[in-house]
Amino acid sequence: MSELLRLDNVACIRGDRLLFEGLSLALDRGDALWLRGPNGAGKSSLIRLAAGLLRPAAGTVERRERVALIDEASALDAELPLRRALDFWARVDTVDGHTVDRAMEEMALAPLAEVPVSMLSTGQRKRAAMVRVIASGAPIWLLDEPANGMDDAARAQLVAAIAKHRANGGAVLLASHFALGIPDLAELDMGALA
Amino acid sequence: MTALIALFWRDLRRAWGSGALWLPVLFFLLVATAFPFAVGPDAPLLQRAGGGMVWVAALLAALLPIDRLVRPDKEAGLLDQLAVRGFADEVIAAVKIAAHAIGFGLPLLIALFPASALLAQDGGRVEQLATGIAIAIPALASLAVLSAALTANHKGGSAIGGLLILPLAVPMLIFGAGMLDPSGRGAVKLLAAVSLLLTMIGPFAAGAALRGLRE
Repeated sequence: MSELLRLDNVACIRGDRLLFEGLSLALDRGDALWLRGPNGAGKSSLIRLAAGLLRPAAGTVERRERVALIDEASALDAELPLRRALDFWARVDTVDGHTVDRAMEEMALAPLAEVPVSMLSTGQRKRAAMVRVIASGAPIWLLDEPANGMDDAARAQLVAAIAKHRANGGAVLLASHFALGIPDLAELDMGALA
Repeated sequence: MTALIALFWRDLRRAWGSGALWLPVLFFLLVATAFPFAVGPDAPLLQRAGGGMVWVAALLAALLPIDRLVRPDKEAGLLDQLAVRGFADEVIAAVKIAAHAIGFGLPLLIALFPASALLAQDGGRVEQLATGIAIAIPALASLAVLSAALTANHKGGSAIGGLLILPLAVPMLIFGAGMLDPSGRGAVKLLAAVSLLLTMIGPFAAGAALRGLRE
């Protein structure tokens, strides 16, 4: 068993509503799975289940490696310059400054290092969150709408980062309501489960 | 460990950097300034009642920053990101309590001296007040983080937070102010016992509350 992430017969209830049940999936090294479907289909809930932030109403969730997560909140201190806000997470993840530098280059954020997070646009903040994910070195990426607000260039960087991560033996679980143009991508239509 | 130190410094930086911290301390001094105007400049009366007033002001000042202790971190996604990295909620709560105890407690202790002077407290009583409040600070920080975590999902939660804290803080108020009474010899030990109890419970209760925020 080399699966990095495995969900077995998982059910999720939010409020009084059953979002899905009997859902199983497994991500191996190099795998990527696109969760698609309309708003409210349970894409974000499934990501949060996989991250361990929600408990499944039934079934089991197994993570064999560290996890990096992007969700709607950037978790960067708004009053700090971008670089210092990212450095906080670098210390939490015990990675060095060069790793952050490289990740910032990868997402083309290096010129914005001294700009306060509060001045960044939505897309720039998503790119900053992506820098944190890349720099963390976690093998499992859980990306909830990572491309929201991103322009075409940033999307291309995101797709490239995902490809590189998979080539390095990482796994990606991606929730998005539109296609990102990632090659060799498995799909799970959450809309069809309800 | 590096991660927890980073989190501790971050909380401390945010407490001191944003200026939000000086507000409770200023409030504390304001109460001490207003009190003599309200009861009159009668020194013996001020001396008798002032010690208790310092305790009430310290307790109320501890309630003020509740709004910014947990809710901004929750909304920014910081707590989720820490949970994903496998940090126990109790540990996060303990770090937050420690940072708040230092960040809020130290300036409060410094402000205690001008406040005592305004309330005509003599040297011996100032010493007792400083000892008592220093003992109570970890417990006050515990209660503040606990009620901040419990009310983080509600806008204007700090008002409810005050109601939550008050019954738990009353024993500290009784023993802390009781220390100042010449007959209250054992009060300092009881104060220490209550403070220890609340400080021990704090991380577990606040940790459970943080976990509850995710559901």
